[in-house]
Amino acid sequence: MAVDTQLPFDKDYVANYSDKRNEPVWFKDIRQKAIDLADDLPMPNPEKTRIKNWNFTDFEHDVAGSDIQSFDELPEKIRVLLGENVEDRNLIVVRNNDVAYAQLSDDLKAKGVIFEDIFTAMNEHSDLVQKYFMQDGVSIDENKLTARHAALMNSGIFLYVPKNVVIEEPIQVVFWQEDDRAALFNHVLLVADEHSQVTYVENYVSNNDETETVANIVSEVFALDGAKVSYGAVDNFAQGTTSYVNRRGHVERDATLEWALGQMNDGHTLSENVTNLVGDNSLSHAKAVSVGRGNQKQDFTANIRHWGLASEGYILQHGVMKDNAASIFNGIGKVENGATKANAEQESRVLMLSEGSRGDANPILLIDEDDVTAGHAASVGRVDPIQLYYLMSRGISQQEAERLVIHGFLAPVVREIPIETVQSQLREVIEGKVY
Amino acid sequence: MAGSTLEIKDLHVEIEGEEILKGVNLTIKGGEFHAVMGPNGTGKSTLASAVMGHPKYEITQGEIYLDGEDVLEMEVDERAQAGLFLAMQYPSEISGVTTSDFLRSSINSQREEGDEIPLMQFIKDMDSKLDTLEIDKNMAQRYLNEGFSGGEKKRNEILQLMMLQPAIAILDEIDSGLDIDALKVVSKGINEMRSDDFGCLIITHYQRLLDYITPDYVHVMMQGRVVKSGGPELAQRLEAEGYDWIKEELGIDDETVGQEA
Repeated sequence: MAVDTQLPFDKDYVANYSDKRNEPVWFKDIRQKAIDLADDLPMPNPEKTRIKNWNFTDFEHDVAGSDIQSFDELPEKIRVLLGENVEDRNLIVVRNNDVAYAQLSDDLKAKGVIFEDIFTAMNEHSDLVQKYFMQDGVSIDENKLTARHAALMNSGIFLYVPKNVVIEEPIQVVFWQEDDRAALFNHVLLVADEHSQVTYVENYVSNNDETETVANIVSEVFALDGAKVSYGAVDNFAQGTTSYVNRRGHVERDATLEWALGQMNDGHTLSENVTNLVGDNSLSHAKAVSVGRGNQKQDFTANIRHWGLASEGYILQHGVMKDNAASIFNGIGKVENGATKANAEQESRVLMLSEGSRGDANPILLIDEDDVTAGHAASVGRVDPIQLYYLMSRGISQQEAERLVIHGFLAPVVREIPIETVQSQLREVIEGKVY
Repeated sequence: MAGSTLEIKDLHVEIEGEEILKGVNLTIKGGEFHAVMGPNGTGKSTLASAVMGHPKYEITQGEIYLDGEDVLEMEVDERAQAGLFLAMQYPSEISGVTTSDFLRSSINSQREEGDEIPLMQFIKDMDSKLDTLEIDKNMAQRYLNEGFSGGEKKRNEILQLMMLQPAIAILDEIDSGLDIDALKVVSKGINEMRSDDFGCLIITHYQRLLDYITPDYVHVMMQGRVVKSGGPELAQRLEAEGYDWIKEELGIDDETVGQEA
């Protein structure tokens, strides 16, 4: 199939789209600049995955979603993510590109927590959004897709946690692409101010098994001095969606950022998760699991860059491949000159369940400093027949034994997903994908 | 109900093209404890693995029956469901699967669907067996064998034995790597299993295990065959005199597999 590489959207379209949404001038300017850059910049160029024939241009951009009157109207697939007592939760449901339901407790509002649609935030908290939006996190001009993201952003969430505010209950967002053709250019901007704490969990869900569309997702997470951020995600776009996912962390002094990512898309996926450990004693765990099936191609990069003294970064990626799926897992630990006593560890493991599947784990350590610790482990293999023999020798069927081994293999990441309902949903998604 | 009978007839086994067992004959009945002894490299562990269906072992000749059913026609899980159990010398580590979850899956795999063991009953049962075996209760929540010491792995095998209550169990060098206190504890667990409905084949090359578990029959393996059988007095003589007198009696120079008499 021949694929257009240029977008069917021009500067006028983007300007009109901005006006329609009453966007502030600074953001309108970003979009204008970005649409030009999108023409000129190259596509991302993952080393071992050919993305030339992936669909990045065939989609509907402007599809509205109506409000949710009652949770009963949500499909089962969405309801299971929410669990019981939904009314008491700090939750946003995004339907197609629009916020359809939003709830934040009065207590958190009183403490100054901002949790809302990013377009609303641009007007109500313009300075704050402008300060962080695609500045020190992801840049507009990184590649064609980041530029397109800024130009066509049609959805997003802004979460701000003020200084010293500790939020105990997880904050949850469900992005529900109800319309099969609707593209999601979604931006999550999370700023945890000094010594604050927050747990954020997001779900992406669509049903377009046949119909093609695009997801272009950028998350920027800022953990300022002493802040603790736990960021969980389950990506579950259907087969028709080609996804570009760019999740970026910026971690300052004594701050912590924990990623737990369930990368369960059924379509082609290019995902990069980069964390900049900027401050001294900063810490990040980047944990991700993936299951590939069908003819799916995926390319995952987990990259932690150390700038701060004694900064610690731990990458853990586990992937299961079946059918004719192919995935690349890149793990990159980069220690910059001056990041004395940094510790960069990584582990990437791929389990292949079929003859036709392909998996590749590439551990990369780039070290420009003498006094550091670093380590990596990588493996690509099949389910160990001796493990299966052991389990079966207790009466467990071969299928059940494989199931146990696979769940066990993915457990180190799955159990880190912060919300219990989302965790059990991830287990079910894994179950559904593996069998 | 009378116990089960495991019959091993003229068993020949190869691993990677090399013949290890060269015609083993053994019959184990419910209520009986058999010990298979012999120096290293004589085929004892191969016998255990072949009966359970280890994927690397190829049966080239002979038959195995459990209560008249052809064991060699069964998959590994079917052998377990038919009542066989093997306490392994080197049990696998299964990351991400807790010992407790694994045990419950195992027990339920041997029960009818809809008749799964109630959770409270399972926990109660497991706790009492953990006590018997003097195992730290935390072990149930640790990943199966992952990071376990040698001794912990052996106790865990016996825990599984006690929880699953098989008809016939084979214990493959369950005593190796155990200190004397651990050996006593493990033996206590195994002795608790003794009944007319339970037959056991204990593989060891040390007599000391048999100080705690008294076998009814003792067999000596050399060169991939059972070369001598007797009662408990045979084990005692082996302890006192070693294996040389048997080799002499049978005209064997080198008892290991691959050597011919």
